[in-house]
Amino acid sequence: MPTPILDILWIVPALPLLGAAINGLFGKTWPNKIVNTVALSATGLSFLGALEAVREFFEQGQQLVHKHFFDWITAGNFTAGFDLQMDQLTVVMVLVVTGVGFLIHIYSTGYMSHEGGYYRFFSYLNLFMFFMLILVLAANYVLLFVGWEGVGLASYLLIGFYFLKKSASDAGKKAFIVNRIGDFGFMLGMFLLFKTFGTLDFTQLFAKAAPWSHESWGVFGTFTVACLLLFTGACGKSAQLPLYVWLPDAMEGPTPVSALIHAATMVTAGVYVVARSHILFTHSETAMVVVAIVGCATAFFAATIGLVQTDIKKVLAYSTVSQLGYMFLGCGVGAFGAGIFHLMTHAFFKALLFLAAGSVIHAMGGEQDMRHMGGLSKKIKWTYATMLIATLAIAGFPPLAGFFSKDSILGAAFQIPGGHPLYAVGLLTALLTSFYMFRLIFLTFHGKQRYDEHHVHVHESPWSMLGPLVILAILSIVGGWLAAPAFLPGGTDHFANFLAPVFGGAHAEGEAALSEAAAHSLELTLAVVAVFAALIGLLTAFWLYLRQPGKPAEIAKSLKPVYDTLYNKYYVDEAYGAAIVKPLLSLSTNVLWKIIDVEAIDGTVNGIAHGATATGDVTRRTQSGNTRSYAVWVVVGALAILIIVFWPAIRALAGGAQ
Amino acid sequence: MVPTHYYLILSAVLFGLGAVAFVFKRNIITIFMSIELMLNAVNLAFVAFSQAFGKVEGQVFVLFVIVVAAAEAAVGLGIIILIQRNRQSLNIEKVNLLKL
Repeated sequence: MPTPILDILWIVPALPLLGAAINGLFGKTWPNKIVNTVALSATGLSFLGALEAVREFFEQGQQLVHKHFFDWITAGNFTAGFDLQMDQLTVVMVLVVTGVGFLIHIYSTGYMSHEGGYYRFFSYLNLFMFFMLILVLAANYVLLFVGWEGVGLASYLLIGFYFLKKSASDAGKKAFIVNRIGDFGFMLGMFLLFKTFGTLDFTQLFAKAAPWSHESWGVFGTFTVACLLLFTGACGKSAQLPLYVWLPDAMEGPTPVSALIHAATMVTAGVYVVARSHILFTHSETAMVVVAIVGCATAFFAATIGLVQTDIKKVLAYSTVSQLGYMFLGCGVGAFGAGIFHLMTHAFFKALLFLAAGSVIHAMGGEQDMRHMGGLSKKIKWTYATMLIATLAIAGFPPLAGFFSKDSILGAAFQIPGGHPLYAVGLLTALLTSFYMFRLIFLTFHGKQRYDEHHVHVHESPWSMLGPLVILAILSIVGGWLAAPAFLPGGTDHFANFLAPVFGGAHAEGEAALSEAAAHSLELTLAVVAVFAALIGLLTAFWLYLRQPGKPAEIAKSLKPVYDTLYNKYYVDEAYGAAIVKPLLSLSTNVLWKIIDVEAIDGTVNGIAHGATATGDVTRRTQSGNTRSYAVWVVVGALAILIIVFWPAIRALAGGAQ
Repeated sequence: MVPTHYYLILSAVLFGLGAVAFVFKRNIITIFMSIELMLNAVNLAFVAFSQAFGKVEGQVFVLFVIVVAAAEAAVGLGIIILIQRNRQSLNIEKVNLLKL
C-alpha cells in the first residue's frame, strides 16, 4: 500500500517548485526539449498528484483534511504552521489550477518555441504554479499570504518577461505596485482578525467567529472592517474597481501568461479569498453589499471599455475584469457557490479565449490589432472553431458553460432583497459582453481581409497549441452541466450541492422563500431573459460589423465624447497619474531627493568628511618635521604633566600666598 | 653635612639648564650633551634622596640610568656621525627632511 498522497500533500506544490529550480538554475544551456520535459513533467505530475489527492478525498467521504507539516512561525501566542488543507472548495481550485495550468504549459511549448529566454519562461511559470498551489492549499491566512505574494512576484516577472521593452517592464512594475496597495489592506485585515480571534487558522478562526452576532448595514464592527480590508486585497489581486488598472497593462506579457495568470488562476485568487472567508463576510451586511456593488460596478464599467478596444488582448483583458466583477457580485449576494462556479467555467473559456487569441497572433506573425485582421476563419479553422465556442460560452448561450454560471449569479442577485438593480446592471453587462465578444469574432475572423497577404503569411498553429485549445473547448461546453438548473428535466445543481459542506446554507436563504414550482418558473424566465440579452448583443455586433461595416465609425463620430471617453478608458490612468503619481513624483524629486537626500543625508556624510579634513589641516601643523619644535613639545608635555600632578600643591601654595 | 635640599636645588638647576639648552641649542652634539646633563641631574636627585631616606634603591636606579645613558650615547653618537657624514653639518635646523 503506497503512502496516501493526502499524507504528503506538500508534494503537489513542491513538484513545480522543483521544476522551477532545476530549469532556473541549470536550464540556460539546455536545448528546449529538456527544458520542456522538466517543466511539463513537474506540472503534469503535480496535476496527477492533485487528481489522486482528490480521489482519496472522495474515498474518505469528503471530510475536511487538515495536515500539519511543520511549525513555521512561533512568536509568543502567535503560531503559523506550514499547514495544508483540502475541502470541497480546495478541490475545485486545485483541479482548475493544475489542470488548466498543465494545458497552458503544453501550449507554451509551441507558442514560445521561437522566443529567447525559453528556460526562464518555464522556470517562472513553474514558480507561479508553486505559489498558486500554496495559495489554494493553505490552511491559514499567513500561508495563504505567502502564496498570494508569490503569485504577485511570478506575475511581475512574467509581465516583464520581455524586459528590454520599456512598456513591458513598466507594466510589470505597475502590476506589482498596485497590488501592494491591496496587500496592505489584506495584511491589516489579517492583523485585525488575529487580534480579535487569536488565531489565523481557517478552521479554528471560523469556528470562533461563527457564534458572533451579525453586523447590520452601516455598523462598522470587527467583521465589517476586517472584511473590507481583506476585500481591498482581493480588489488588488482580482483587478476590481478602483485597483483594476494593472490588468489591462499586464497584457504586455506573453499570451500564455495572460491566459494562465491574468485570466484563469491568479486574478481569481481574490474571489477565492472572499469565498474562503465567507463566514466572516456573511457576518457583515455592509461588507457583502460593498462586495456586490463593487463587483457589479466593475463588471459594467470594464465591459463598456471593452466595447471600443482594438487590441485583441486588451478586449479580453477588460472582459476578464468584467467577469471577475460577476464573480464578486455572486459572492456579494451570498451565492458563493455560484461565484466559484463562474470562477471555474471562466477559467476554462477565458483561458481558451486567450490561447486562441495567442494562436491568432501567432498566425498573424505578432499582429494584435483587430483592425488589421479580418477574414481569418477559413485560414485557421481550428482556432476559429475553438474561439467561437469560447465566445458562445462567455456570452452565455446555452448549453455552454457560461450560461449556467452567469445565470446562477444573476438568479441569486435577482432573489436577494433589493437586488433588482444589481440584476439589471448584470443583465446589461451580459448584453455588452455578448456584443464586444462577437465584435472581436467578427472583426478577426469575418468580413474583408484587412492585412497584406504578401507580408503576413497566415498559418495554423502546431498541434501542441491546438491540442489544449480543443480540450479547453470541450471543457467550455460541458463544464456548465455540473450545475444544470432545476427547471431542466433531471437538472440539479451538482456543483452547489458539492460545495454545500463548505458554504453551508449560505445561499439557500433567498430560495427557501419561494415554493419549488415558483422557483423553477422564475429561474426559467430569468434564463430566457439572459439568453435574449446575449442574442441582442450578438445581433447588434453582427449588424454593425458585418452588414454595415461603415456604421461603427459613424456612430463613433456622432457620439464622439462618449466614444473618446470609452476609448481612453474613462481617463482613469490619466486621473491616477495626475492625482497620485505626479504629486508623489514631485514630492520625491523636490523634497525627498533634493532636500532630504542631497541636503540632509549627503550633507551629513559630506560634512563629517569635511570636518575630518579641516581637523587634519589644523593638526598636521604640529608635525612640522622640525626637530627642535618636537623638542619643545616634549618639554611642554613634561611641564603639563608636572603641573597636573602637582596641581593641588600649587593651589595650596597660591592659597597660602594670598 | 650638606642638607638634602641643597642637592635638590642643584639638581633642579642642572635639569633646568639642560632643558633650556635642549630646546634652544642648534648643534646636535650640544643637544646631546644637554640630555646627558638632564639625566645626571636626575641621578643627583636620586642619590640625594637615597642618602636622605637611608635606602639603597635610589642608588641602584642611578646605576641603571648610567647603563641606559651609555647605550644611548653609543646609538646617539652613531647617528650624529652619520648625520655629519651625510650633510657635512651638525645644525639641527638642517635636519628637516620630514618637513612638509
